[in-house]
Amino acid sequence: MLRIPCPHCGLRDESEFRYRGDAGVVRPEGEAGPEAFSAYVYERANPRGWHAEWLLHAGGCRQVLKVVRHTGTHAIAAVGLPGDDLPLPDEGAAP
Amino acid sequence: MTGSRLPTGGAIDREKVLNFTFDGMACEGFAGDTLASALLANGVQLFGRSFKYHRPRGVVTAGPEEPCALVTLRTGARREANVPATMVELYDGLVAQSQNRWPSLKFDLMAVNSVAAPLLAAGFYYKTFMRPKAFWEKLYEPLIRRAAGLGKAGVEPDPDSYDTLHQHCDVLVIGSGLAGLSAARAAAEAGVRVMLVEQDRELGGGTLVDPALADWREKMLRALRALANVQLLPRTTAVGAHDSGVIAALERIGDHLAEPPPFAPRQRLHIIRPGRTVLATGAVERLIAVPGNDRPGVMLAAAARAYVNRYGVAPGRRVVFLVNNDEAYAAIRDLNDALVDIAAVIDLRNPTPISQELRDSGIEVLSNRDLCVIEGGRQVRSVLVRRRDTGQEQRIDCDLVCLSGGYTPQTQLATQAGLRTEWRADIGAFAAMDTANGMTPVGAAAGVFGRLEAARHGAEAAGGGARYLPPIPPRRDGPILPLWEVHGRGKAFVDLQHDVTAEDMRLAHREGYSAVEHVKRYTTHGMGTDQGKTGGLVGAAVLAAARGVPLSEVGVSRPRPFVTPVSWGALAGAEVGPHFKPERRLPLHDWHKEHGAVFVRIGLWMRPLVYSKSGDTSWGPVLEEARAVRRTVGVTDASSLGKIDVQGKDAAVFLDCIYANTFSTLPVGRARYGLMLREDGVLLDDGTTSRLGESHFFVTTTTGQAQNVLEHMEFHRQTVWRGLDVQITNVADQWAQFAVAGPKARDVMMRVVTGLDLANNAFPFMAAGEAVIADVPGRLFRISFSGELAYEISVPAGFALHVWQAILAAGESFGIRPYGLDALNVMRIEKGHVAGSELNGQTTAGDLGLGKMLKKNSDFIGKVMSVRPGLIDPDRLALVGVHPVDDTRRLRNGAHLVSREEPNRSQGYLTAACMASEGDHDWIGLALVEGGHRRIGETMIATSPIHNEAIEVEIVSHHRLDPENARVKA
Repeated sequence: MLRIPCPHCGLRDESEFRYRGDAGVVRPEGEAGPEAFSAYVYERANPRGWHAEWLLHAGGCRQVLKVVRHTGTHAIAAVGLPGDDLPLPDEGAAP
Repeated sequence: MTGSRLPTGGAIDREKVLNFTFDGMACEGFAGDTLASALLANGVQLFGRSFKYHRPRGVVTAGPEEPCALVTLRTGARREANVPATMVELYDGLVAQSQNRWPSLKFDLMAVNSVAAPLLAAGFYYKTFMRPKAFWEKLYEPLIRRAAGLGKAGVEPDPDSYDTLHQHCDVLVIGSGLAGLSAARAAAEAGVRVMLVEQDRELGGGTLVDPALADWREKMLRALRALANVQLLPRTTAVGAHDSGVIAALERIGDHLAEPPPFAPRQRLHIIRPGRTVLATGAVERLIAVPGNDRPGVMLAAAARAYVNRYGVAPGRRVVFLVNNDEAYAAIRDLNDALVDIAAVIDLRNPTPISQELRDSGIEVLSNRDLCVIEGGRQVRSVLVRRRDTGQEQRIDCDLVCLSGGYTPQTQLATQAGLRTEWRADIGAFAAMDTANGMTPVGAAAGVFGRLEAARHGAEAAGGGARYLPPIPPRRDGPILPLWEVHGRGKAFVDLQHDVTAEDMRLAHREGYSAVEHVKRYTTHGMGTDQGKTGGLVGAAVLAAARGVPLSEVGVSRPRPFVTPVSWGALAGAEVGPHFKPERRLPLHDWHKEHGAVFVRIGLWMRPLVYSKSGDTSWGPVLEEARAVRRTVGVTDASSLGKIDVQGKDAAVFLDCIYANTFSTLPVGRARYGLMLREDGVLLDDGTTSRLGESHFFVTTTTGQAQNVLEHMEFHRQTVWRGLDVQITNVADQWAQFAVAGPKARDVMMRVVTGLDLANNAFPFMAAGEAVIADVPGRLFRISFSGELAYEISVPAGFALHVWQAILAAGESFGIRPYGLDALNVMRIEKGHVAGSELNGQTTAGDLGLGKMLKKNSDFIGKVMSVRPGLIDPDRLALVGVHPVDDTRRLRNGAHLVSREEPNRSQGYLTAACMASEGDHDWIGLALVEGGHRRIGETMIATSPIHNEAIEVEIVSHHRLDPENARVKA
């Protein structure tokens, strides 16, 4: 069970959160074509390494968090708010 | 029959005699015994038959690593299979059975498997039983199931209860040996919260079998018990190290008793979230792969020592030791002191100082010799020893052989936590080395084998000094001789529980399975309930030799949770039966119950299906309710609908993004039916949203999607459109919601509503507004799911009963009836409204005849993807109505629609079917069919093979009842 440091609520269990997918994809503008939306809906990098993702703290503050997690080790490097710019650490920084 | 109780010694209470049975044989033991020690004291050496070859097996260890002495414990509903006898604390009246034998333990017909061994070698599943394919299910599989296996699980419901505890501490110490006790005391004296878990019933670990450490242990335990910040948990096994440092530990509260104490659970699963974990799990002695090493009477040296020192039991009369390390000499000395006859000690190394000392004390220590084979049938009779120089063989009679192939650090939890293990030549094993992910391995688990050294290591890891070290000299043990296997005639086992031999490991390598994880799966080595704790490293060493590479390069297979078996009951905890999921109740739940509601579970909600005091849930009472609505008036509780309050300057803009249709144009005081899509263009949900003010909307969702829609809105508000000034709040539990429907609905409402003109032109269809209902301020919406003139009412949930009763009183003269979900379903099918079975995650707005609602000009979620070719294909399954051509036939929900021309190709299916409350047909339904409306007028076959039915149905419009909406606008 992952424990996630919510900036509003503190260290909380994974079971309080809902996974909302890749935080690296950005919804295209409405007039962008079907290719852009197809990429937004379906295309994911699925890396083994650092990954920014959305977690909704549904059982807590109801805020969407941006979480930088290592998909191989589950280490969490940073947790921020949706507007935060959280650069992914170098692969060498994997614990 | 060679074990016996020693006249003195052991931590047992000889005053307290306990009676028990094994395979029906009456036995006696003492308080403090395990089942294994008591059976040994009763002279039992044969404990069970092995998994594959049905070879006779005895007890090998004195702990949870036991591979062989598995028994079935208790009877009836509490029967439990595959319990290691070494872990069963004896209680009066205990009933145990041996396993995997037929007809009896001593005479087992299946032992013939040993003769057929060539067929059952590694990978036999994949080879012997492959062809012909059809034989697998009928012949091979049942045969293997009968011949191979362990005990049988009980089939009755478990009468015991289980519990889950969420624990927090600063320092968790796992294991209470020298390192663990020292770490716990050092951490505790620093003032932090400490938990100490120990799998044994007594705290002390290795000190329990070491008389020299008894005083030190008692002093340490007294000190720990006196500290308020220390929680000591004996009978608790740390079974898994999970992400983020979470440790799962299983506490056995009632297993040492015939049944758990009153009001206590049998077991308790502790989910521990420690600040940091000190891993002091020690080391386990391992086997040597020597032919015959599975004979009853072969035991690990440390186990023999434990039986003598802890239980006062001599596990044999005449013992031969086969050792390759100095640690084993403590066992030799203690058995000698207990007057067990030491026939010979075979030290596989060249003479060492310790072996010379033993020789000087008069015990025969043989060097430069190999033990070639352990001989015997149902028990050990002798060993055959060969001189390395001359090849001369010598037979030594004995009834006990003690093996010591060295000690393996117990690093399973460390590996699970992501710590590295390193090969350590000086101990001939892998040890957990570094601190990582909040876990620090100490003592023998970290490869620190000396007793004094382990105590110091534990104390230092916990931030303490050398204040409480035991008064013993430092380690002086010599090096281990890395020797894993002795070649000879007969089977030499590397996994006693799964009957895997050293030869099986080589066979796997020859057949191309050379990586340790592949060999594990091919041979099942280490896949037993003991996870190969005594033979895992030995098997890996045999594999390394076969591959011609160092063991450090081969490694060992990764141990997964759980380290020891955990019952399903403990994992489920209290979440069983009606508590499997929480139950959500409507505000009027008790009223519904009193009035004969038959409840149905929708998601977590309990909703009235039909009101029927007799419990009759047939169509009769359902249609009576529906007809009451159609003819006069009815009232239903719709409080489980999702309700979301949306407010803010940009509320309308936000809803335009979320909904596929437009809400910014909705006037204040009006409601509108809305559709939400997922971003991939498929329908997410529908519902009615009302504008209560310029910047205030009240959104309703279906019961089933309430949570998803709320999260969908939250997510998009906070990420994609986070610049908008809008707030959303879940108000599902704050408002009770009722629908009053039927031609007399307005007459009823006029009697309870004040402050609002309900005349049709003043409060028309799709009007919304605030109103006082039965003196309670609430909201009124003129919306209809039933197809009749209807009002939906929202009142604060605390006033639900008052308002509900006022409505019933106001409608009494019209014959108002409460109606349930079934009647509502009948009416919505008649009307052609969609619900969960049509909004099924596969359908589009177009499929359900709602395509025109999608706005063309502005962006919304799902807009672009909703018009991709696959979603606008005219041959997609789309919504229609159906009814049988022959009115005497009934419809089946889920029946597939086929044509006469293509009877084997499904062209759609029924999503809903019911008996009709009015109209020309007894049975009507909704269906999704290829081409949808284009097919109206056709006759198709609705086939339900599980009912063996195929009937002709007519495809019609799903707008069956009042397509002009005259009734709802009346």
